[in-house]
Order: sequence, then C-alpha cells, then structure tokens
Amino acid sequence: MTARSETIAVARVGRTGSPRNPAELTRTALLTTAFVAILLAFLMPLFYSAITSLKSPTQISQPNSPILPSDPATFTWNGVSYDVYYVPLPDGTTRELALVTPGRKQSEFIDPSNPEQGLISWQGSWRVLDQPWQLAPNWDNYAEVWGLIDFPLLLRNTILLALISTIGTVLSCTLVAYGFARFRFPGRGFLFTLLLATIFLPGAVTLIPTYTIFNKIGWVGTWLPLLVPAFFANAYDVFLLRQYLLTIPRDLDEAAMIDGASSLRILRSVVLPQAWPVIVAVSIFTFVYSWNDYFAPLIYLAGHDDLLPLQVGLARFNGIYYQNPAFIQAGNIMTLVIPVALFVLFQRVFIRGIVISGVEK
Amino acid sequence: MDQLPSVAVTRPAGAAGRLNLRAWSKLTPLARREARQGLLYIAPWLLGFFAFTAIPMVATLALTFVNLTLAQREPLAFVGLDNYVRLAADDRVWHSLSVTLRFSALWLPISIIVPFAIAVGLNSRHVRGAPLFRSLFFLPYVVPFVAGVLVWEQTLGDNGWINDVLRLVGVEKPPSWLFDSTWIYPALVMMGVWGIGAGIVINLAGLRAIPTELYEASRIDGAGAWAQLRHITIPMMSPILFFTLILGVVEVLQYFLVPLVLKNGTGEPAGATLFYNLNLYRTFFTYQELSYGATMAWLLFALTLAITLVLFALSRRYVYYAGAR
Repeated sequence: MTARSETIAVARVGRTGSPRNPAELTRTALLTTAFVAILLAFLMPLFYSAITSLKSPTQISQPNSPILPSDPATFTWNGVSYDVYYVPLPDGTTRELALVTPGRKQSEFIDPSNPEQGLISWQGSWRVLDQPWQLAPNWDNYAEVWGLIDFPLLLRNTILLALISTIGTVLSCTLVAYGFARFRFPGRGFLFTLLLATIFLPGAVTLIPTYTIFNKIGWVGTWLPLLVPAFFANAYDVFLLRQYLLTIPRDLDEAAMIDGASSLRILRSVVLPQAWPVIVAVSIFTFVYSWNDYFAPLIYLAGHDDLLPLQVGLARFNGIYYQNPAFIQAGNIMTLVIPVALFVLFQRVFIRGIVISGVEK
Repeated sequence: MDQLPSVAVTRPAGAAGRLNLRAWSKLTPLARREARQGLLYIAPWLLGFFAFTAIPMVATLALTFVNLTLAQREPLAFVGLDNYVRLAADDRVWHSLSVTLRFSALWLPISIIVPFAIAVGLNSRHVRGAPLFRSLFFLPYVVPFVAGVLVWEQTLGDNGWINDVLRLVGVEKPPSWLFDSTWIYPALVMMGVWGIGAGIVINLAGLRAIPTELYEASRIDGAGAWAQLRHITIPMMSPILFFTLILGVVEVLQYFLVPLVLKNGTGEPAGATLFYNLNLYRTFFTYQELSYGATMAWLLFALTLAITLVLFALSRRYVYYAGAR
C-alpha cells in the first residue's frame, strides 16, 4: 500500500514540473504535514478509546494520571509490594522511595535503588505525596468485559445475522440485477427508476404498518424481520451489481445461448465467473452494514436478550457500566475490530464500491 | 436521478421510460419469452417492493384517517382530518421539526464542504501518499455506529481529550458538550464528520475525472488556483455535490439514531435532541399511537419529497452536466 502510493505520488510530481524546485518541495512538505495533523486529529477518538480501554480503575479515578495506561509504581522488598512516592527530603532533593510503614506524621520509607541502606524515616503526611507511574496496560479489562456482556453469545448472534443477511442479499440482488441488465421487458426503465427512488423514501413512512404486521404474525422477538427482507433485494446493491454486469460483454452470453444454455445456466457459468469482484464487494458491504445495524435489532428483539447482536448489547452495557469508561471502551474496541479488519483487508473493494454507488448514479 | 452523468458506464438505456402496458401485446413471441424471464428475475425485488414498501406506505396513509392506537380504548373509526388538525396544533411536533431543521442548516453545509475540501487537498500534487490518507480518512466510516457514539461520548466528556486540550491551550471552562443545549449541536456535528469517509472517496473520484486539459488551458490563460477552483473544479463537480446534497437532505431529515443512543431517546438536554424522527419513534413505540405516528411519518415524507423536488428544479440552473443535453 505504502509503496504503491509512493509510486503514484512520485509519478504525479514528475508529471507536473520539477520536484527538485525548493519552493515546490517546501509546499509539499507543508501540505503533507498539515494533512498528517488533520488526520491525527480525525482519528484521535480511536486512540482515546484504545488507550482508555487499557486503563485500570485506579488510574481513571486519579485526575492527574498520565495519558497512557499506567499503574502507580511499586517496589517489592522482602516479598512484599510497596507503593512508590516522590519524597522531598530535608536536603532539598526529591527521591523516589517506597512507603513501608505509613503514619500520620511520620512514615518509614525504603530506597528501591539502595535497599541495603535500611528504612528511612520521613516527617510529614504521606497522603500529600505524588506517585510516579509506570506503563502498565490493563488487559484484564477485555477479559472482564468478555464475560460481563456475554460477548461469545453477542458475537455468535451478530455473525449469524450478518452471514444470513449477506447470503440473502447477494442471492436476491444478483438475480434482480441480472434481470435488469440482460433482459428487455416493457416498463424496465420505469421499474428501475422506481427501484432507485426507494433510496429517497424515509423509513418511517413504512415502519408502523410493517412493525404492526410483523407483530401480528408473531415475528417480533425473532430474527425473521431482520433476515427475511434481505432476501427481497435492495436498491443500493442491485444498482452496484447491475452497473458491473453492464460492463461484461454479451458475446459469451450469446454464444452460450446458441448452444442452448438456459438463462439461469448462463448466469451461473458465464456471468457470475466474470462478476466476482462486485459479488465480493456486495458481500462485504452487506456484512459490515448488518454488523453495524442497531435500530432494527433494537425494535424487533427488545426483551429477547439471547437473540441480541453486539450493537444493542453494547448500548445496554453502556447504560449499566457508564461509570467505568475502561469497560465501555474495551467493549467498543471488541465490537469495531472485525469491521475495521475487514476494511483493512478489502480496502480497494470498499473504495471501488463507494465510488460506483456514489459517482455513477 | 437518471440525469446524473455516469463515469464508467453510459446512461441507463430508457431509464426514464414510462410504464406502457400495451407494449406487451406488440412483442414477438421470442421477445415475450425474454420479457417473461426478465420479470421472473426481478420478481424478488418486485414482491419485496409491494410487501415492504408500497403496501406499508399506502397503509400508513390510510392510518392517518382513523384513530388506531395499540390500546384502542375508543372504537376504531374514520376521523377524517382530525390527526392532521392535531398535528398542526401540536407544539411538540413543531419543536421537534425545528430541532431537525436547525440541525440540518448547521450540518448540511459542513457535510458537503468538509469532504470536498479534504478531497481537493488530497488531490493536490503537493500531498504525498494520498491513497493512504484516503483509506485512513475512510476508516471511521466502518466503525459500528453505537461504538462510534460511545467513543465520542467519552472523548467529549469532561475528562476527555478534547476538553483536556482546550484546558491546555488556556480555555478555563471548556464546554460541557453533551449536557448543554447549545454545545450539543457542535458535538453531534463532530460525530457526523467522523463518517465523511465515503464523501471524501466520492469527491476524490469526481476530481480525478475532471479532464486535466481544462486546468492546463486555464493556466495558459493566467488563471490562479482560486480561479481554477471557482471556474473549473466547482462547476465540474456540481453533479457530485448535488448528489451528496440530495442524499444528505434525505438522511438529515430522518436523523435521530445518534441522540437515541447518546441520550437514550430522552431528548435531553432540555429537548435539544428531540429530533423530529425521535419524536415520531416515541409516539409509536412509547405512546403506541399508531395513527398519529403515521400522520407524523407522512408529514416527514411530504417534506422530504417537497425539498428534493425543489432542489431538483433548482439543479437545472446550478448543476452543470458535461456532455448531457
């Protein structure tokens, strides 16, 4: 990726004038740096989340604790662990000493760098002393959240919902796109415009009767309202598939037709083998979309904890544990890691898909 | 929509065609076979369209003329325009509509200008590694939306990094973003800006499609960067900016999921996040008023339709389609 983009950038500079010109180089350095800064600010909440997810409750409750996940430093002496403090000494220096016997007016410390010296008495209240911190990512947060929200169950539900929706969407949208791309029939243009027009329809205008009917036939409280509509195609994915199918030459279709192949056979053996890039795109889009869906599971699965996907589980978890930011962020990271990983693996597919559906309509 | 130009593929043939049922009888037997097969393939969508779109839409409209609630204490009856009369006098409805419209006025320009500006920057020959930037700007777009909201909730919290930075640069009392009925809107905008990755990608693709000869010719004529932006880039990008605007309008008028998660649907602080669609959602799911909720839904639909139609009418004057007409 990096190597590729470097090549492109160099090629672009090369095309438009001398890259060695100092003024040009300065502008490039300035503008690229500016974009790095904007990008870092843009991604900052993600860093915040990842870092917070590794903090211990002790650190979160301390106002002046370091930015990175840390624990108060400790020193183990004779098999016992003692907290370390910054201790101002009578000679004007401040040393890091471990507190052995705390007292109200006088405390006993030990010097971690020189334990043989023995205990050091210090006058004053140890409670006013600051503590040094040492880097300590608290991975236990993840293990605890895993159990607290029953992550395996939420994960299983989310994956199953996403997989079945993806299968339904790919199947139905491929058939519909094939119909629009390869067959002439009266009203085709009108129906295709109608299909695209559904993108502009506010969901609220169909929600109330749909929900009421699903409730009447006993589907509320099951996965059916989330899965069944996926098998009836949707405008975005049909559009994406159709645009791609239109670019595949018809010659092979026609040759197969002359050989007596049925249209379904042509779809399976001639069209699909050439259309796999867009099939992959639609699959990944649908999977991620379904993974990220919140509203439909919220309304159709209310009260059925064993059926919930991650998004709804996460929102409820936030309602209960909002006072423990580390837990909430650990849950967030666990939820976002799979869609983000899919994006990193398939970025070209994602970006191509966004371009087709965004630019060509 | 079919007026928008396509980059790789020619315009869909006959996309603007009218439904002409008599055409069927004129077909040859072979063409009729083809037509039957085509209709069979699009049958899943046609069935779904009737079951999940057309019939529910008509049912929603029918509901607006009766008095259906889930509890149904009064006998079901035709009430004429009563629901509409109630709607017209409902302060909550007008309040929530004004919340949605005010937020739209803030969000829409930002949602169009920011991705455009970033794309123009990334398209400059002075930015190295544009594809990597593009991917990383896109990244938050795939973050699940609940996780995204919860990440921002804490980032904007009093001990979050944003207020830490503000204190660092000398702001003594940084805003309480999520609990102040004014600051909540910039906070929602920031969360929205996190999802502009797709907009950047679309804008970049559009910018790459502008013929370089236009810029070269204008440079010979002595045009500077600003003149090029105004007289080449923006007109050539106008179809894409228009498309972004239309989809943005449809989306923002329905906006309510972020406040639903952030404030648990309460509309806090002080009703500032009682968006129209949230109000509608509560009318249906909390107060279980089916008919009244349906009436609110039709108002939303009518408003969306009216605004998009006006925008389409205006687009004839302000949007430039290269190669079309």
